[in-house]
Amino acid sequence: MLIRIPKHSDEKESAVTDPEIYRQRRVFMQQCAAGMAGLAGGLLVGGQAQAGLTLGAPRSSPYSTDEELTPIHAATHYNNFYELGYKKEDPSRNAAALITEPWTVEVEGYCENPGTYAVEDLVPMDQLEERIYRLRCVEAWSMVIPWVGVPLATALKKLRPTSQARYVAFQTILDPENLPGQRRDVLDWPYVEGLRIDEAMHPLTLLTVGMYGQVLPNQNGAPIRIIVPWKYGFKSIKSIVRIRFIEGQPPTAWNRAAPNEYGFYSNVNPEVNHPRWSQRRERRIGEFRKRQTLMLNGYAEEVAHLYSGMDLHKYF
Amino acid sequence: MRALTAAGWIKPALFLLCLVPAIDLAHGAWTNTLGVNPLETLTHSTGTWTLRFLLLTLLITPLIRIMKVPALLHYRRMLGLFAFFYASVHLGTYLWFDKFFDWQEIWLDIQDRLFITAGVTAFLLLVPLALTSTRRAQRALGNAWNRLHRLIYVATTAGILHYFWLVKADYLEPIIYASIFAALMLARIRKSSTVSMSGIS
Repeated sequence: MLIRIPKHSDEKESAVTDPEIYRQRRVFMQQCAAGMAGLAGGLLVGGQAQAGLTLGAPRSSPYSTDEELTPIHAATHYNNFYELGYKKEDPSRNAAALITEPWTVEVEGYCENPGTYAVEDLVPMDQLEERIYRLRCVEAWSMVIPWVGVPLATALKKLRPTSQARYVAFQTILDPENLPGQRRDVLDWPYVEGLRIDEAMHPLTLLTVGMYGQVLPNQNGAPIRIIVPWKYGFKSIKSIVRIRFIEGQPPTAWNRAAPNEYGFYSNVNPEVNHPRWSQRRERRIGEFRKRQTLMLNGYAEEVAHLYSGMDLHKYF
Repeated sequence: MRALTAAGWIKPALFLLCLVPAIDLAHGAWTNTLGVNPLETLTHSTGTWTLRFLLLTLLITPLIRIMKVPALLHYRRMLGLFAFFYASVHLGTYLWFDKFFDWQEIWLDIQDRLFITAGVTAFLLLVPLALTSTRRAQRALGNAWNRLHRLIYVATTAGILHYFWLVKADYLEPIIYASIFAALMLARIRKSSTVSMSGIS
């Protein structure tokens, strides 16, 4: 049982919850009371996954921020998901081009249980949590999004990585016939990302299947993605089809495209200058003034120890 | 055609037409229909309209030659001044919405970020052109005016580089602007070489 201790980085509980979200939460509560959690959780199983479906009654989490949520429309219509187009409004427009059924995740490499997994094999639907995280894009904008998922560690422990597994590599779906963004070599497809094993096992790292209490919309990385809230958004790889446990640091998509701009770690860091965007400030979507960007996106107390002794200017 | 272009209503009509993107953006800002990140929309849109007006300005000279309508020259200044207008709004959105007039931060930005360096250079090069756009300045400067206004080639180059260096991975649009600019420059080189050859013969 975790006890919530207010942290320095937390904001005051003055932000009023969007009434629509409040209403949605009431709906979850009612469903929970009516004992429908199991039924709603089952909606993801057996080829029934569909964006917009309510995801049972995810438990709240002490890791959640109480900052005001970004409106769901903004979070689903302003996306960087190059597979579905290169402009912010493209992914929502082209969302139908991502075919999420059938969907399997290949698990390979240094683990005791490699194989082909269905989403619900990796994400136990009766353990879903809601995690309200700050999302900081490298482009100096940010949102606050209520994700639904389980700690990535929960899934990885089931796969039983061996001691040789020092990194976890992830790969997004490759489907140039359907995904309009993959018809041009804008990035070296498929999109790949990676985490050090301790980053992957950190309790903040979320294996995500939903947001705003609903199944992930395609443009937000359906049916399964990760969220690493202390790193720039592009590290939180979407629509995962492959997980590999490996010994050496894996290549990552944006690092391959521009190694001087996007490092392997890509931790949110207002002190590390970026050739395109000053990272000192960010625009929270919906706000006029810019905010100061927080070290490790405000999660320093939880994750700074992962990088103790490392020169973050070198390992950016 | 010539009678038409000479007609007095064309200039005010063109003026209003050039204002349409600005009116459209102002209306969008007022009704909050500029998308999820309206300030970014304002910056990006005024930036692309600056490039479009620069290219339209550069289109006039080849067009006069090809269509043999010298009267088109009457409209070049307006197009150029609209390029400067959209560039000013573009710069203004950056100074205000992006940097909130934090001059120290802006100076660091100019030094650290190549695309900002290029953008600011492009704008600064347009300033003397806008200042000397009056008929009086044109007369006073004589031949020097023509040479001075060749700076538009440098400014447009810097503007397109600004766009290239800003883009993360999808270079399609900057490539389109660069291609149009290259074609317009080629039309000038071809023209001057044919002129000099005919001069020799």
